[in-house]
Amino acid sequence: MTTMVSRLILSALVAVLAFVVPATAADTPGVTATEIKIGNTNPYSGPASAYGTIGKALGAYFKKVNDEGGINGRKINYITYDDAYTPPKTVEMVRKLVEQDQVALLFQTLGTPTNTAIHKYMNQQKVPQLFVATGATKWNDPKNFPWTMGFQPNYQTEGRIYAQYIMKNFPDAKIGILYQNDDYGKDYRKGLHDGLGEANAKKMIVMEQTYEVTDPTIDSQIVNLKNSGANVFFDVTIPKFAVQAIKKAHDIGWKPTHFLNNVSSSLGTVLKPAGLDASRGLITALYMKEITDPQWKNDKGFQDWLAWMKKYYPDGALDDQSNAYAYNVAILLTHTLKQCGNDLSRENIMRQAGSLKNVELPLLLPGIKVNTSASDFAPIEQEQLAKFDGERWATFGELYDASKK
Amino acid sequence: MTPRARAVAVAVVLALAVALPFFVSNFRLFQFTQVAVYAIALLGLNMLTGYNGQISLGHGAFYALGAYTTAILIDQWSVPYPLTIVVAGILCLVAGFLFGIPALRLEGLYLALATFALALAIPQILKYFEHWTGGSQGIVLSKPNPPWGLKLSPDQWLYYFTLAILVVLFVLARNLLAGRTGRAIVAIRDNAIAAGAMGVNTALYKSLTFGVSAAYTGVAGALSALAIAFVAPDAFNVFLSITFLVGIVIGGLASISGAIFGALFIQFVPNWAQDISKAAPWAIYGIFLIGFMYIMPFGIAGAIRRVAARAARRGTAARA
Repeated sequence: MTTMVSRLILSALVAVLAFVVPATAADTPGVTATEIKIGNTNPYSGPASAYGTIGKALGAYFKKVNDEGGINGRKINYITYDDAYTPPKTVEMVRKLVEQDQVALLFQTLGTPTNTAIHKYMNQQKVPQLFVATGATKWNDPKNFPWTMGFQPNYQTEGRIYAQYIMKNFPDAKIGILYQNDDYGKDYRKGLHDGLGEANAKKMIVMEQTYEVTDPTIDSQIVNLKNSGANVFFDVTIPKFAVQAIKKAHDIGWKPTHFLNNVSSSLGTVLKPAGLDASRGLITALYMKEITDPQWKNDKGFQDWLAWMKKYYPDGALDDQSNAYAYNVAILLTHTLKQCGNDLSRENIMRQAGSLKNVELPLLLPGIKVNTSASDFAPIEQEQLAKFDGERWATFGELYDASKK
Repeated sequence: MTPRARAVAVAVVLALAVALPFFVSNFRLFQFTQVAVYAIALLGLNMLTGYNGQISLGHGAFYALGAYTTAILIDQWSVPYPLTIVVAGILCLVAGFLFGIPALRLEGLYLALATFALALAIPQILKYFEHWTGGSQGIVLSKPNPPWGLKLSPDQWLYYFTLAILVVLFVLARNLLAGRTGRAIVAIRDNAIAAGAMGVNTALYKSLTFGVSAAYTGVAGALSALAIAFVAPDAFNVFLSITFLVGIVIGGLASISGAIFGALFIQFVPNWAQDISKAAPWAIYGIFLIGFMYIMPFGIAGAIRRVAARAARRGTAARA
């Protein structure tokens, strides 16, 4: 029996020792003369695993960078873990990346709740949390969270763009709003309100309706909005409800100017199920080239993307916009790190990320540029409106810049 | 295993657990804190499923209830965190007991389905009470700092705090299950009618077991809220409940130590699976699962018991 106990002790000791981490000492963790370590979490499993392709595509792009000699002679060592879109797993994996793998920075961690879970931690540890993959507005808060930065136009930005267009083209608009009763919906609503200004908002908005994401339908909200006499419909709904809204408005013969948020602008998951005919005339805001849109077939950015996809990410779907998104943002990080020169301290990485000037990315709409400053951590703030012509989104008019008043 | 050997083993494991913070990094300690949290949750589920024979696919719901109780009490009313754990436990005890009453009419698979519904519903319910729960954005908390000027990192403190609660709850569970009550609970599992004929109030015992089980899982959830310092509905999806069930089966049904083995499994094996293959981590996880069940059909605790019994037999044979 004593051998049994001693064996138990021995195996327990081995188990403990196996977890002991050798301490490493370096000036900037994750940076050597030949390597930059970059950490990422993505949902490769679980309910949001459709987004996992972004994490894979990022790795595929860094492979290309390394094949071409890396960044200032340093190869990118990209470490990505599955967090299944569950915040506790994100916390665990991010702590592993920061404390054990000793990455220099975190890049494109995906999801709003998941990034919220590590927001405080990253800023306490003073490790860059760069270009997070979520549209929430809170990532642009350099004063309180100087180590976190977003990437895509946030929901408030988009709301302000619609407001600018409405004020210019429909000065007598009667606006009806439908929004999801959570942070996402409220962000959009706030953007529209801010863009209109207090006086205009009071005058123009005739009705606001909300729904819960758990509601089965939004039919009654649409009927209420119609009865309010609104002639402009600001539709802040996720795909499932966007389909219902488009259909119901069409069925009851309500024909407002219908602004549909970018979240639900997908042809495949929203417009086709709702009916292409009923969708005709919808207006949304875009910032990227839609890769399924034939107008970009001969565009250099699209061609380069296609060549890269075929060579480095042959498993990736060529009609999945996420792969274009990943390509854009990976190029932006590469650009930022190049701009750092030989000073790859975490402070300088944030400083350079906060001083991007007119950076163009191949799959942004022509004219849209990345701009940041020490007080502006929202890289993309321009969008262009597009109208659905029954087949595709046709961009029209000028570029809107939400950073300008 | 003889009682003496068992006592020695427990003492050794406990000594190792107490010494752990001096060996490992804060990150590893955080992982072991999660192991301790899972172990409490698994012990709770094991009382219900392993000892009492009621299958629950919905313990993630009680875990969530505990986590949100702590988060809301700290966030809205600045209640001291140790107190919130007690409140979470009591609330889950009541909730579990109340759920246990209608569950009396459901046996086996039907109960599994009813509890499964609970697991499915909880993320949506959490989003519904947005004013308190913060909706899909959840609630951000601060990690508690060590009290009394102890020279510990927050991770080390939380680890000891969790470990202390684990020890108390395990001792309580052992005393509960080893005595009269435990025999009644097991008798209901083995043959409810016979147990009733012997004078066991099966309805009361089943509901009570449900309540105590939920309380354990709720306390675990509350501790997890402190360890993660964040709660959100996405953390408590259906998969969590299924993970708990995997944990008790792998660890060993109707075994107290099994909860610890199961917790180690559900904490570390998915990570190892991911290290082996990024492309198909769940396939690797599945292979691990099947492998474990094939080699150790009674769970890890069952396998250890068997090996120990064989060693003891050999010992007596050698002496004879």
